[in-house]
Amino acid sequence: MILFIEQILNGVQIGLLLFLLAAGLTLVFGIMDLVNLAHGSLYMMGAYFAAVLTKLTGSFFLGALLALPAALLLGIVVEVVALRSLYSRDHLDQVLATFGLILFFNEAAQLVFGVAGMTIPLPEALQGQIQIMPGLPYPTYRFVVVAVGLACALSLYWLVVRTRVGMLIRAGASNREMAGALGVNIARLYTLVFGLGAALAALAGLMAAPITTVRVGMGENILILAFVVIVIGGIGSVRGAFVAAFLVGLLDTVGRAFLPDILTLFINPIQAASLAQGLSSMLIYILMALVLVVRPAGLFPAPGR
Amino acid sequence: MAIKPTPTVAVATIVLAGFALLPVYAVLAGDSFVLSLGTRILVMALAAASLNLILGYGGMVSFGHAAYLGVGGYVVGIMAYHGVTSAWVQWPVAILLSAAVALFIGALSLRTRGLYFIMITLAFAQMIYYVGVGLYDYGGDDGLTLNARSDFGGFPSLDDRPQFYYLCFILLVAALYLMKRLVGSRFGQVIRGAKSNDPRMHAIGFPTMRYRLTAFVIAGAVCGLAGVLLANQADFVSPATMHWTRSGDLIVMVVLGGMGSLMGPVYGALTVLALEESLSSLTHYWKIIFGPFLVLVVLFGKGGIAGLIARWERRK
Amino acid sequence: MSLKTVLLAGSALLALGISPAYAQSEVKIGFITTLTGGNANIGQDMRDAVELALDHMGRKMAGKPVKVIYEDDDQKPEVGKQKAEKLVQSDKVDFVSGFIWSNVLLASAKPVTDAKVFLVNANAGATQFVGAQCNPYFFSTSWGNDQMPAAMGELMNQKGVARAYAITGNYAAGRDMVKGWQDAFKGQVVGTDLTKWPDQLDFSAEISKIRNSNAQGVFFFFPGAHGIQFITQYTQAGLKDKIPLYSVFAIDQLSMPLLKDNAVGVIQTGPWTADLPYAANQKFVTDFKKKFNKVPTFYAAQTYDAINLIASGVAGAKGDLKDKEAIRAAMKKANIQSVRGPFKLGPNQVPVLDIYQQVVEKAADGDYQQLTVSTVLKDSVSSAASACKMQ
Repeated sequence: MILFIEQILNGVQIGLLLFLLAAGLTLVFGIMDLVNLAHGSLYMMGAYFAAVLTKLTGSFFLGALLALPAALLLGIVVEVVALRSLYSRDHLDQVLATFGLILFFNEAAQLVFGVAGMTIPLPEALQGQIQIMPGLPYPTYRFVVVAVGLACALSLYWLVVRTRVGMLIRAGASNREMAGALGVNIARLYTLVFGLGAALAALAGLMAAPITTVRVGMGENILILAFVVIVIGGIGSVRGAFVAAFLVGLLDTVGRAFLPDILTLFINPIQAASLAQGLSSMLIYILMALVLVVRPAGLFPAPGR
Repeated sequence: MAIKPTPTVAVATIVLAGFALLPVYAVLAGDSFVLSLGTRILVMALAAASLNLILGYGGMVSFGHAAYLGVGGYVVGIMAYHGVTSAWVQWPVAILLSAAVALFIGALSLRTRGLYFIMITLAFAQMIYYVGVGLYDYGGDDGLTLNARSDFGGFPSLDDRPQFYYLCFILLVAALYLMKRLVGSRFGQVIRGAKSNDPRMHAIGFPTMRYRLTAFVIAGAVCGLAGVLLANQADFVSPATMHWTRSGDLIVMVVLGGMGSLMGPVYGALTVLALEESLSSLTHYWKIIFGPFLVLVVLFGKGGIAGLIARWERRK
Repeated sequence: MSLKTVLLAGSALLALGISPAYAQSEVKIGFITTLTGGNANIGQDMRDAVELALDHMGRKMAGKPVKVIYEDDDQKPEVGKQKAEKLVQSDKVDFVSGFIWSNVLLASAKPVTDAKVFLVNANAGATQFVGAQCNPYFFSTSWGNDQMPAAMGELMNQKGVARAYAITGNYAAGRDMVKGWQDAFKGQVVGTDLTKWPDQLDFSAEISKIRNSNAQGVFFFFPGAHGIQFITQYTQAGLKDKIPLYSVFAIDQLSMPLLKDNAVGVIQTGPWTADLPYAANQKFVTDFKKKFNKVPTFYAAQTYDAINLIASGVAGAKGDLKDKEAIRAAMKKANIQSVRGPFKLGPNQVPVLDIYQQVVEKAADGDYQQLTVSTVLKDSVSSAASACKMQ
């Protein structure tokens, strides 16, 4: 029973990490109609920025805080230099161009930051564990991940629904020409939204870094998971991304945690572990296919799309 | 049917003639590697051509096309593992199974549109990828080495490099011819019509779904054949053949070569593999050149290489 | 326009790349390793070791200049196989060396040995080539995948571990390793996890299972970046002091600077550390530090031995690279000054070697170093070796 609660927590925690990554992706897609495969590269760059800045300042908090504007800036540069002229193109062109950006960023990161990879050591206060209930200590830092994920979800909701920027964003998303005619600077708005998406990706990257180490290509596989999340949730819907991230995180963890034991009843442990690993990786994609077969536009289809 | 010597025809002829003569060069220069590379280019061109049918002509952006490469390859690998090496058994099974998989995926995926279609095809490809990883007895994640290539009972022999090369060449040309006939037929017109305006085609009374599904299945079957050839060329098949980045490579080949042009996939495969080979011998960081190159192609190279040639033709 | 220029340049380069080889005035070695991506630092260390070995022999073997062609396998089997074909068929190399990963070696070996080119493997431990598929053209300066884990199983027996948990990545080497360990470990195995390889980065589900098992120790194998991630997460979960970690290959000169204190206390069995007291080793380590300003890894050490083994073969044939028999006979004698002391090859042309228990210590200057504690197995041979029919 304790193990089950612990695994649910693990799933929630992974889900929230995924949500951080997916939120930026779904925002950019929902508002600008841009498929950005290079979102994973921004995730990686955010982690590298945080690692370097943590080293320079000697503080994880400071490093993380400084990495966000740095990533925002990088996002703006990428938008202005490469992606701006892609908005009017079809999704295929966008997929291809941003695929090219992935290749570029991977090699560039290796040349700039070296091949050794980096780690972000946690400050003393976050290294320990918190006793949730008797017999169940849980790493403090994982709670921080959960807290940041939830805070981020709330502030995004607030930003989109309650603020003037959010109003502009919603106006731009539902009717580009109309908003432009009313005097909204659409180009600047888009640049800003893309920068915000980049900062969100960086936040995900730097939150994951103390757990997973910073290295070249770290964004590639998790990117596909993030895409699965936004597709299940309904592209463009932050709320959908939130729900889907939970589903994916839980399904993945529960599969990894309990399938091997079930299969061991039938076949030898090494084979069972191998097979279980394959099956649990598949579960996520089966979920996505099922959702799309039943609801071709995801769980929470964004209006006007 | 009179063929005008336009640049489009001229370039196609030169490229195909170049492929036809490559083994001669290889023998004269004593360089067998160029044949291995050439075979790989032909096989990838075949796979890209099959994708071009649905992507270029039909507008269906399948982000999971590499799955059929894996299905075809694994059929060869697994049958060879159990001692069945006859091509007369292996190849039809591989093609039929690829077609069946495509039928299943297509029937479920074609209900969705746009990015959802891209992602659901990716999802199915990922599932098949993980099936490959889970094939513990056949090497799992490490893949499966072929101890013997497919056997036609003497001729053609896949162990003989020039013979294998020419077999791939003939299959590619045959597939291109099939595509040409298919695209020009009523069937092809419906597919292309559904790309630009599906509801209208539907309203006129064409069951477009059935047409598009048929194209999807043909593409899967042809790509399965490419998978058979690829496994034989590499003596090896692994889940990595089906990784999503391989599907991305195929899309790159089609778009770079020119979507919806007959020879486009051939140019695309040739360019991508030749660039990969030459750039990677220049620097291990070759992707830092190739990445921005892709971005530039998308931004400025509308219509890919075939489009470039067509524009040159119009200017004349 | 730009497209056309690039295309032309590309095809011109291609034509250059495939021009026929020149006469045999030099010794050509193809070296396949991972030079890009998350594990590129391993490949770089191996490349550095090649360069140092060449420096030490005056960049000549039997009077002939040596040319090394480095190829990047991208940690992908099919890429490694393509590069091996290119090296053999196009560059016409005399030796192929390198190989970090078992799966890359498994895919790449056939085109090399089929062409009767010597393959001198510097790290990958695929048991197939150690045993049933041993080959006159296959040499190794490493080991079979089961050997370090077998030593670890033995060590855990000695330490009185009664119940243990095993975890590794789901690929050939991982499964080989767990099996090798299981065959030697006499206690009870309370759980086995094979994680998604190489994609999985979060081990929280597995670590929770370990906490809730009643294991007294955890045997794990994750090379490179994955090892760092596993140890870090295990430490964050507060388990390192409760259920000790027993590792193979996770702790080395590349991971220690990143792991820092987390590396201290992890017990490991391995083939080499910088402090082995042999003269050749001291020279290797000192000069490596001088030239590259870093301490070498065991990958580098084994690579250094591999290049020296190749040199001994070329010397034995008096520089006649066509005389494959003489090269093989000389290499089989393994008459080299190894960084691992007295060096000999078994009938399968894979070393018979000693395996040590290793720990990490924080030195006075704040650096971390790996120290040899004791010899666990003497003259260890892979259990797969008996399947090799070669004499």
